Amino acid sequence: MLQIPCPWCGLREEVEFHYGGQAHIARPESPQDLTDGQWAEFLFMRDNPKGEFAERWMHAAGCRRWFNVRRHTVTHRITAVYEPDEKAP
Amino acid sequence: MSQPYRLPPGNDQDAVIDRSLTLRFTFNGKELSGHPGDSLASALLANGVHLVARSFKYHRPRGIMAAGVEEPNAMVQLGRGARSTPNLKATEVALYDGLSAQSVNVFPGVGFDAGAIAGSLSRVMPAGFYYKTFFGSPFLWHRLFEPLIRRAGGWGKAPTGPDPDYYDRMHEHCDVLVAGGGAAGLMAARTAAASGARVVLADEGEVFGGRLLDAGSAEEQRGAAMRAEPVDGHHPVIEGLSGPAWARRLLDDLARRENVRLLPRTTIFGYYDGNYMTALQRRVAAGQPSSAVKSRERLWHFRARRVILATGAHERPLVFANNDRPGIMLAGAVQAYLNRWRVLPGKQVLLFTNNHRAYGAALDLLAAGARIRAVCDSRADPGGPLVDAVREAGVEIRAAQAVTDTRGRKRISGAAVAPLAPGGSGLAGPAQWIACDLLVVSGGMSPAVHLHSQSSGKLKYDSAQSAFLPEPSDSHACIGACNGTFPVHEALREGAEAGRRAAKDCGFDAGAADLPEVRETPAEPPSPLWLVPDGKPRGKGKSKHFVDLQNDTTAADIRLAVQEGFQSVEHMKRYTLTGFGTDQGKTSNINGLAILAEYLGEPIADVGTTTFRPPYTPVTFAAMGGRDRGELFDPARLTAIHERHVALGARFEDVGQWKRPWYYPAGEDMRSAVARECEAVRQRVGALDASTLGKIDIQGPDSAEFLNRVYTNNWLKLPVGRIRYGIMCRDDGMVFDDGTTSRIGEQRYLMTTTTGNAAVVLDHLEEQLQTEWRGLRVRLTSVTEQWATVGVAGPDSRRVLQKLAPAADCSAAGFPFLEWRDATVAGISARVFRISFTGELQYEINVPWHFGAALWDAVMEAGEEFAIAAYGTETMHVLRAEKGFIIVGQETDGTQTPHDLGLDWAVSDRKEFIGRRSLRRTDCMREGRKQLVGLLPKDCLASIPEGTQLVASGSSGSSPPVPMQGFVTSNYWSTALQSRICLALVQGGRRRHGEWIEAAVSGAPVPVRICDPVFYDREGSRRDGA
Repeated sequence: MLQIPCPWCGLREEVEFHYGGQAHIARPESPQDLTDGQWAEFLFMRDNPKGEFAERWMHAAGCRRWFNVRRHTVTHRITAVYEPDEKAP
Repeated sequence: MSQPYRLPPGNDQDAVIDRSLTLRFTFNGKELSGHPGDSLASALLANGVHLVARSFKYHRPRGIMAAGVEEPNAMVQLGRGARSTPNLKATEVALYDGLSAQSVNVFPGVGFDAGAIAGSLSRVMPAGFYYKTFFGSPFLWHRLFEPLIRRAGGWGKAPTGPDPDYYDRMHEHCDVLVAGGGAAGLMAARTAAASGARVVLADEGEVFGGRLLDAGSAEEQRGAAMRAEPVDGHHPVIEGLSGPAWARRLLDDLARRENVRLLPRTTIFGYYDGNYMTALQRRVAAGQPSSAVKSRERLWHFRARRVILATGAHERPLVFANNDRPGIMLAGAVQAYLNRWRVLPGKQVLLFTNNHRAYGAALDLLAAGARIRAVCDSRADPGGPLVDAVREAGVEIRAAQAVTDTRGRKRISGAAVAPLAPGGSGLAGPAQWIACDLLVVSGGMSPAVHLHSQSSGKLKYDSAQSAFLPEPSDSHACIGACNGTFPVHEALREGAEAGRRAAKDCGFDAGAADLPEVRETPAEPPSPLWLVPDGKPRGKGKSKHFVDLQNDTTAADIRLAVQEGFQSVEHMKRYTLTGFGTDQGKTSNINGLAILAEYLGEPIADVGTTTFRPPYTPVTFAAMGGRDRGELFDPARLTAIHERHVALGARFEDVGQWKRPWYYPAGEDMRSAVARECEAVRQRVGALDASTLGKIDIQGPDSAEFLNRVYTNNWLKLPVGRIRYGIMCRDDGMVFDDGTTSRIGEQRYLMTTTTGNAAVVLDHLEEQLQTEWRGLRVRLTSVTEQWATVGVAGPDSRRVLQKLAPAADCSAAGFPFLEWRDATVAGISARVFRISFTGELQYEINVPWHFGAALWDAVMEAGEEFAIAAYGTETMHVLRAEKGFIIVGQETDGTQTPHDLGLDWAVSDRKEFIGRRSLRRTDCMREGRKQLVGLLPKDCLASIPEGTQLVASGSSGSSPPVPMQGFVTSNYWSTALQSRICLALVQGGRRRHGEWIEAAVSGAPVPVRICDPVFYDREGSRRDGA
């Protein structure tokens, strides 16, 4: 089980968190101009890398804040934790 | 009663048993005795009991093969009634006075077992038997094969009642966790503990020491072998002490330290990411009662900064014909029974080995007075100090020979020994039978790399040791036998080094390692012999070469798997069942994959191992549940009015964690109660506890803009004091929740959500504010449990409210629909909302939570003159269904758009909101989507269960596939309509009102007419009351 360093509460057990999938998916400026295919791409298609992955977590049983995590999907090593509107380090 | 096979104590004191006390126990009804410290297995052997079980598939007689958790055969059922525990290994059951054990999977008894006929049918029951035999005839399967197999297969019996015992759970953080308390583990724990680090040492055994306990006392060994150097008795001498004595000394040292937690009888069974480990501690013997202060089992959750695995190794048997009879035992196990428990497993002994370990057992057997007929060694030229010592003791050593067959019904009585052709590929001569009552086998050691592998550690095949060894890992160290390091002095060195480094990694200084002086006999490398030839091609003839004794998998089964294309080790495992069961193949996995490699002609390293998964040994469900059972399984949320409902005799239903009144029977059945409650609301007045509805306080200058984005309709112009219904969609355009939101102030709103969805909606809203719309100045707070709510509904509800709030203007004009008012109701400051989920005139009175019961009492008292009735969720559902109001989660399953539900009126086309783009997807706009409709059955009494499929009229009976046109989502008896009514989702349903279709109720299809989902008061004339 992971231990996740919440930027506000420190290192906590994974069970306290809620997973939010891939981070840095920019919401389209004007969705109405997109084709169904482009919209579906935004809505459903996610990366599934073997290696470093930027993803969203929420400290549901703690401060309830959303933040981003950079995690290695093989080793589960977490190398960065940052705010939702920050750029990936 | 006399334990005829118990040996006198050695010169040293007994390592684990206490002879001053005698314990009585029964096995299959027979009275036997043993001593504290015995395992059930050692006590059975002390009484000369070898036949303890029957095998899984062929019901062959089986005995005790091992001394630890790797035992594949000796499974027993313990205790009686609700405390009965099936499938325990006799080797891991600690003996206690009054223990009662039975063999499992035998009928009528272990001595004569009717199921043994399966053995003679084995030719028609090969690997994959199930898949091959039972295609085609469902009748034969259900009536014949399944009942037969269920009777013959399986092991013990389930207990007869709920588990009466206590189980609990502990969480522990430590610096260094050491798994395994043998030589290496003890040394690692001592070294780390000396630094001041917090150390946990866990071992699955009753007593710490691991295989050190299987060595006799040093003095005794000297006496037996009568030599100085180099054999020096063949057991290691550590700091001048015997193995057990040294282990005791270290343990005494550890027990004195406050920074050390010692956990015997504790098996670490899971190793997860981040050094998270789980362990099962057996605190009260199986079958014995526990108490609230002493749980039977405890599940430990460890988070360790550093982990040291000292989990030891399992000895492998050898695979030859009929290698499964009682009286065939592993060499290490024989040494354990001799030295640890002082039990003699046999008197006429034959040994068969491919390595030096059996020679140690031979010396111990000689010292115990057994007669050794011969040692068969598959190696051409066995040598080394142990071999020399055995030879000098006058024992015949048969080099390059193998046991090729055995005989004996309930216990081995003889074995065939034949010379091996060079290379071990065949036999070089005829076999000779040798009589024996014990056959000791050793096929080499398999390091217990299970925990290492669970943590994603890699393995590498080492051909010198004929074993898979762990590769170094960042998260932990493997030391001692589990690292393939068998000599004690090297294991101690690894232990000291690992303990020192682990302490250092945690910021502690363990100083220089102080290594004990060890004298021991040098080890010789093994020479593998995976499958003993017997002169016939495997699979021919009647004899079986067992690989996995627990699952009755033979070498022929593996060959068949290969022939039939199941050549990957994972496929072979599943096809033949090798490595399944309660022992998880601890003695069979490596033999199985090595034989697979032999058949495939591939190196073992390329075949690889199957995946090791938790748990390492079986864990009871009760231990995993701990105290979270019954009432404590899930928290129950009760409203402030709960006790009033109880007093009224309400039946409750679970809605999420809430207990909600379902209906209030007054000496009547549910149907009558609901009919009465419905009539009260439609004709007079009813009261509902609506406190469980989710309530979210929304504040901030951008609140209106926020609501405008999360709801599908327009929120920018809602005046203060007004209420609006809204629908939330997810980004995919599907309905997610609905409810009303009231504007409380310029910058403040109160949102209500579905009871079961309150937390999910709050999460959804918080996510948007924190991630997508970080600029919006809005704050959210759940106030569900701040407000108690009583809904008062029905034509007389205005009169009831007016009585309670004489100062308020309750007139239709003064307090219109979809508005809210502050009022004093029954002397309590309240907020009253005029909304309706019933179609009737309705007020929802909100008061601070702790006034809930007082408000309820006041409402019921004021309503008495109008014959007010309390109504529950069932009546609420009927009334809302009569009005065609949806319930999210009942009429929806996450694939309905607002349009599908006929809620277009609540969707704005002039603003952006979550889900808007998706509603314009081609698929969301196509004709023929399933739409919400009402259904009236032709037979007004016909009940159509929710979920029933709807098909074209007359097509229920046609041959499949019958096109499905939709399904029923709600089904009620409507008192107002005097008919069953249904809500349903039907393809293109909105244009099909008046059409007849068919509900495919099993056996009796029901014709139904599609209609508008609003069954009652379509004009809405009742909303403002009379």
